[in-house]
Amino acid sequence: MVTKVVEKFRTMKTPLLSILKELQKDQGYLTEEVLKEVAKELGLSPARVYGVATFYSLFSVTPKGKYIIRVCESAPCYINGTMNILEMLQDELKVDVGETTLDGLFTLELTSCLGVCGVAPAIMVNEEVYGNLDREKLSHLLSRCRGM
Amino acid sequence: MENNNKVTLKINGIQVTVPAGSTILEAAKIAGINIPTLCHHPDLETSGVCRVCVVEVNKGRPLQAACVYKVAEDMEVETATPVVREARRLNLELILSRHPQDCLSCVRNQKCELQDLAESFHIEEISFPIKGKAYEKDDSNPSVVRDQEKCILCRRCIEACIQLQGVEALGVANRGADSTVGPFFNKPLQDVVCTFCGQCIHACPVGAIYEKDDTARFWEAVAAPNKHVVVQTAPAIRVGLAEEMGMGVGSLATGKMVTALRRLGVDRVFDTDFTADLTIIEEGSELVERVTGGGTLPMITSCSPGWIKFCEHYYPDLLDHLSTCKSPQQMFGALAKTYYAEKSGINPKDIFVVSIMPCTAKKFEATRPEMHDSGHQDVDVVLTTRELGRMLREVGVQFAELPEEEFDKPLGISTGAGAIFGATGGVMEAALRTAYVLVTGQELEEINLYDCRGLTGVKEAVVPVGDLEVKIAIAHGLANARKLMDMVRKGEADYHFIEIMACPGGCIGGGGQPVPTTMASRDKRIAAIYREDERMVLRKSHENEAVKALYDEFLGKPLGEKSHHLLHTKYIPREL
Ligand code: SF4
Ligand code: SF4
Ligand code: SF4
Ligand code: FES
Repeated sequence: MVTKVVEKFRTMKTPLLSILKELQKDQGYLTEEVLKEVAKELGLSPARVYGVATFYSLFSVTPKGKYIIRVCESAPCYINGTMNILEMLQDELKVDVGETTLDGLFTLELTSCLGVCGVAPAIMVNEEVYGNLDREKLSHLLSRCRGM
Repeated sequence: MENNNKVTLKINGIQVTVPAGSTILEAAKIAGINIPTLCHHPDLETSGVCRVCVVEVNKGRPLQAACVYKVAEDMEVETATPVVREARRLNLELILSRHPQDCLSCVRNQKCELQDLAESFHIEEISFPIKGKAYEKDDSNPSVVRDQEKCILCRRCIEACIQLQGVEALGVANRGADSTVGPFFNKPLQDVVCTFCGQCIHACPVGAIYEKDDTARFWEAVAAPNKHVVVQTAPAIRVGLAEEMGMGVGSLATGKMVTALRRLGVDRVFDTDFTADLTIIEEGSELVERVTGGGTLPMITSCSPGWIKFCEHYYPDLLDHLSTCKSPQQMFGALAKTYYAEKSGINPKDIFVVSIMPCTAKKFEATRPEMHDSGHQDVDVVLTTRELGRMLREVGVQFAELPEEEFDKPLGISTGAGAIFGATGGVMEAALRTAYVLVTGQELEEINLYDCRGLTGVKEAVVPVGDLEVKIAIAHGLANARKLMDMVRKGEADYHFIEIMACPGGCIGGGGQPVPTTMASRDKRIAAIYREDERMVLRKSHENEAVKALYDEFLGKPLGEKSHHLLHTKYIPREL
C-alpha cells in the first residue's frame, strides 16, 4: 500500500505532501507504521516525516472521530462567545482541543474563519456549518450526532 | 577597495575588509565586536530562528539576523543602537517567558548560554507572562536525558544529529506555539534510532539535553564497606578533566587525575589505556589473521559504542566487517572481575568497576546483555568527565593544586599507543605500530604516523608493512562514517582496515566531555593527547610488560580461547 502510493508520486519534486494526503484517506489519519514506511521509502528520517505530518493541519497523526467539530477562533466568533462554546464542548465531551472522545465519535478542533461571521459564534461539524450557537442548540446538535 | 573575494563594510563606524560570503556575525568578530547569539553554533549550519543576534543594516531598514545575513560592499551595520538593543531584549524576554526559571537546580547552571545572555542583558524583569509547558522528561535510556521543558527550540541538536552524525533522531514537530523538538512521535530516545553519542548535548545551549547522572551509584559503592572499588580512566579523560576543572582547554593532567580519584576514596586507580594496548594485540592479531586467512575485509574497529549501535541500525548487513574485539572499557571490566580478582584474591562479586569515560554511549554499552562475560555485569557504572568534575567540586578537591600520583599496577600500566586511542586516527596509528612488528618482525623506525592524525573527516593512506601495502581509512563523526560504509556496501572500499569513531575528533570530543565542546576545543585536546604519547617511555602496545604478563599468567595467547570468551563479542542487527 505505502510502496504503491510512494511510487505514484515519487517523481514529483516534493512528493511527501501528496503521498501523505493520499495515505491519510485510508484510515482518516496517519499511523506510526505508515509514516515509518514512507520515511524508509523516501530515504528520509522518521523524525522529519513526522515533522511534516504534524506541521500541516490537513494531516492528523491521531485517530479522528466520526464527527469532527471545528470551533471558529476568528475575532468575530471570539467576541460573540467562542470561548463559551468551546468550554461547553470540552465539558460535554470531556476532551481538549485536538483530542477525540473515547467512544470515537467526536474530535474537537479549532479552525480559522469559517466565513459566516454574521451568525457568530459558529462551528463546523464535518462539512456542515452551524451558527448563532448557544448551549441549547449545541446540546441538541450533539444529541443528534449521537443518534439520540 | 573592491576585490572579488573581499568585501569592505562598516560596522559601528569601523571599517573592515572580510572574505566575501561572510555573515555579519563573522565580519563583526573580525572587527573585534561580539554579537550575542543563541541559536547559532560555530560548527553547524543553523537556521536563524531566535533573533537574539539582530542588527541594523543600512539604517532604517528592518533588523536582520547577523548569524545568517551576508555582508555586502559598503554595507553599514550597527550592532548596538537603542533599536537593536530593545529588539534583542524583547526577543530574549519572550524566550525567557516560556522557559522554566529554575537555574539553581539545573545541570547547566553557570554553563548555559541562555543564562549568560540574561546576565549580560541585565534582565531584571520579564515583560511577558511566564508560561511554561509541562512535558515529561525522557530518561528512558542509560545515556542521554531530554528535558523538553527547558528546550528553547533553537534546533541546534537537530542540526548536530544530522550534520555531524548523519542520524536525524530529532526533528521539529507541530507548529507555532505548539512546536516541539523531539524524536518521531515524541517517543523516548530508547525507541528510535539514536546512537546515544551525546553530540546533541554539546549542541544544546541550555539544559534540555544532558547525560544520565550515575554519581549516586558511585558514592554508594565507595561508602559500602564490602565493595572493592576499582576505577579505569579512558585516554580522553586526562585531557578532558583538567578542562572541566577550570585549567584551560587542552590541559593534560594525568597524575592529578589519579590523585583526585584516590581522594574520592576508590581502592584502585587503573587505566583503560592498559586495555587499549591489549585491544591492539587482539585486534592486530585479528587483522593479520583476516588478511592472511581470507577473512572479511575491510576490518573495521569496534571500540566506539555509538558507532557500533549506528552500524547495527544502518548497516546490519555489514556487521561481519566489525572487529570482534570488545571496546577497551569492556575488556577492562571483564578482566577486572576475572584476572584481577584471581590475582588479588578478591571475590568478583565484591569488585565494583567504575569507568570514567568521555562518552555517553559507554553508559549504554556497559548495560548491553553481551557485556556480562565475567559472570557479572563487567562494568558496574560509567561516569562521564562532567560527572567526575561535579563530584570533585562537590567535595572540594582543589584539582589544580593536587600532586601527581601514579596509576596502580598491573592494570594501570600502559604505553603511548594506548593514550592515542582518545583521538581520531589513534587506534589506527597504534595498530600499525604493532602490526608492523607482527608482520615483519621488525620495529617501525618512524612511529609518528602523521597520515592518521588531524580533523579531516575521512583520511586515507597506504602504509607499507613488509611486502604488504596496507590500505587504511579513518572516519570520525558518523556522517563521515556513513560515506565509508556506503562504499563498503557497494564493494568500492578496497581497504584492509578502517577506523571509525562516532564522535567528531574521536573520544576527546565525546558526548561526556566538558561543555562547550567545539571543533576548536577538539583540536586542542587532540594536541594534548599526542603530548601524552610523546611523554610516555613506551609507545608501542606490544612493549607493555603488564600486557605480556597478562598473556603469560592468564590469557595464553592472542585470540586464544580465554580471549574469545572474555575479550571478544557479537553484534546484533537492529531495526531502523
Ligand atoms: S537551561 Fe539555563 S536558563 Fe534554563 S534553567 Fe537551566 S541554567 Fe537556567
Ligand atoms: S545522542 Fe547522538 S544520535 Fe542520539 S539524538 Fe543525540 S546526536 Fe543524535
Ligand atoms: S533541545 Fe536544546 S539544542 Fe535542541 S532545540 Fe531544544 S534547546 Fe535547542
Ligand atoms: S543567533 Fe542569529 S537568529 Fe539566533
